[in-house]
Amino acid sequence: MDFSQIIPSLPSLWDGMKLTLQLLALAVLGGIVLGTVLALARMSSNTVLSGLAKAYVNYFRSIPLLLVITWFYLAVPMILNWITGEFIAVGAFTSCLVAFVMFEAAYYCEIVRAGIQSISKGQLNAAYALGMNYGQAMRLIMLPQAFRKMTPLLLQQSIILFQDTSLVYAVGLIDFLNAARARGDIMGQSHEFLIFAGAVYFVISFGASTVVKRLQKRLAV
Amino acid sequence: MSMIAIKNVSKWYGDFQVLTDCTTDVKKGEVVVVCGPSGSGKSTLIKTVNALEPFQKGEIFVDGVSVGDPKTDLPKLRARIGMVFQNFELFPHLSITENLTIAQQRVLGRSQDEAMQKGMHYLDRVGLKAQAGKFPGQLSGGQQQRVAIARALAMDPIAMLFDEPTSALDPEMVNEVLDVMVELAHEGMTMMCVTHEMGFARKVADRVIFMDRGAIVEDCEKEEFFGDIDARSERARHFLSKILQH
Ligand SMILES: Nc1ncnc2c1ncn2[C@@H]1O[C@H](COP(=O)(O)OP(=O)(O)OP(=O)(O)O)[C@@H](O)[C@H]1O
Ligand SMILES: [Mg+2]
Repeated sequence: MDFSQIIPSLPSLWDGMKLTLQLLALAVLGGIVLGTVLALARMSSNTVLSGLAKAYVNYFRSIPLLLVITWFYLAVPMILNWITGEFIAVGAFTSCLVAFVMFEAAYYCEIVRAGIQSISKGQLNAAYALGMNYGQAMRLIMLPQAFRKMTPLLLQQSIILFQDTSLVYAVGLIDFLNAARARGDIMGQSHEFLIFAGAVYFVISFGASTVVKRLQKRLAV
Repeated sequence: MSMIAIKNVSKWYGDFQVLTDCTTDVKKGEVVVVCGPSGSGKSTLIKTVNALEPFQKGEIFVDGVSVGDPKTDLPKLRARIGMVFQNFELFPHLSITENLTIAQQRVLGRSQDEAMQKGMHYLDRVGLKAQAGKFPGQLSGGQQQRVAIARALAMDPIAMLFDEPTSALDPEMVNEVLDVMVELAHEGMTMMCVTHEMGFARKVADRVIFMDRGAIVEDCEKEEFFGDIDARSERARHFLSKILQH
């Protein structure tokens, strides 16, 4: 084992990590927003709307993420082309981001839905009784309380997503793992670079998990 | 003039009929107490008044506005009717001040200053001005319920609905809430109160309604209701004998 080349390679590994974190942050943000919209649709009294949302969630929870990533890599440019009528070059980053957002939204939806359902119906009634409409009651009363309760679960899901971002290697995006692999190959230290990458993933995920557990305990009191 | 007119209202949950042909009327400035055994439909009836519970048959008018009419702007109607719940339902993520002002600002479009002034006025009236900066979780049950009443009053309601406002409270806190309600009644507020506090009913009610199994069994003047217990229906007598023992 020879880890000597890792230090000089840190700048290029950091470039990969930046892409990983960027993708993660945008996917979490987009996934939670879309997931919340889906959750509200699923709980809607409109059966068509709730049926569609339910089908969406069940579908994306039943297929592999890798499939979604590769499929969107091919499909997103085609769909855009079809909508706009012109050819638009969509980078691998964008198509991956869309895939992650759409896939993760299915999981975030279930977390958000459970969060909203954990807030008593009485709160909603109180909001309505004060004259709030549905949008105000959700935005001002239900969602703020629900998000507070489900923050640990949303973070836990995001830690899983952090690890899953490494699947972008399938479409050739240079994230942290792919950077480590490429660099290791060039330097002839493939094993060492992969071990190092594994250690980094472990420290970040486990560290974040520990923090989330502590937060969960504090919120539970 | 009748402020709340309930006409032949029936409601079903699937096959189960919760309300059966309920008809009553609350005049402007009147205080009506609704009592009855658990599960008799009191909460359901009072919630149909501000459309928190839909109903399938009959009509309800609040200040002349039909509650069941699909064309009625429900948020607008509800904003004019105050409601106080058994479990207070203050918003736990908002401070007492924000609880008092949020609907005034977002629903009535009042300025922050105006909402604040109104909110503080009513908070003072329920004797809790010193608690303005706290959060609901830091107050006792009785204090929370008084804030909830202040929150409803700050909207300048034309009528107030109470659904067992004291039954979730420790006994020593019941009176501080009832005192506020008595004062409100004396000031001429139109009130429909689901409660088993017969002392309150005797003191301020104009009429008493007794419900059983989804139907209004008794609906009479207070003097008549309490005056001759033997003239009441058997179910009402049974109910009264149970709660008056306490
Ligand atoms: N969502 C619902 N679905 C089916 N049945 C319901 C529902 N809500 C209430 N009920 C039933 O309707 C009946 C009337 O309920 P309601 O809460 O109005 O009674 P109540 O007189 O307020 O009783 P309490 O004194 O216990 O508050 C009860 O038998 C209850 O079980
Ligand atoms: Mg009830």
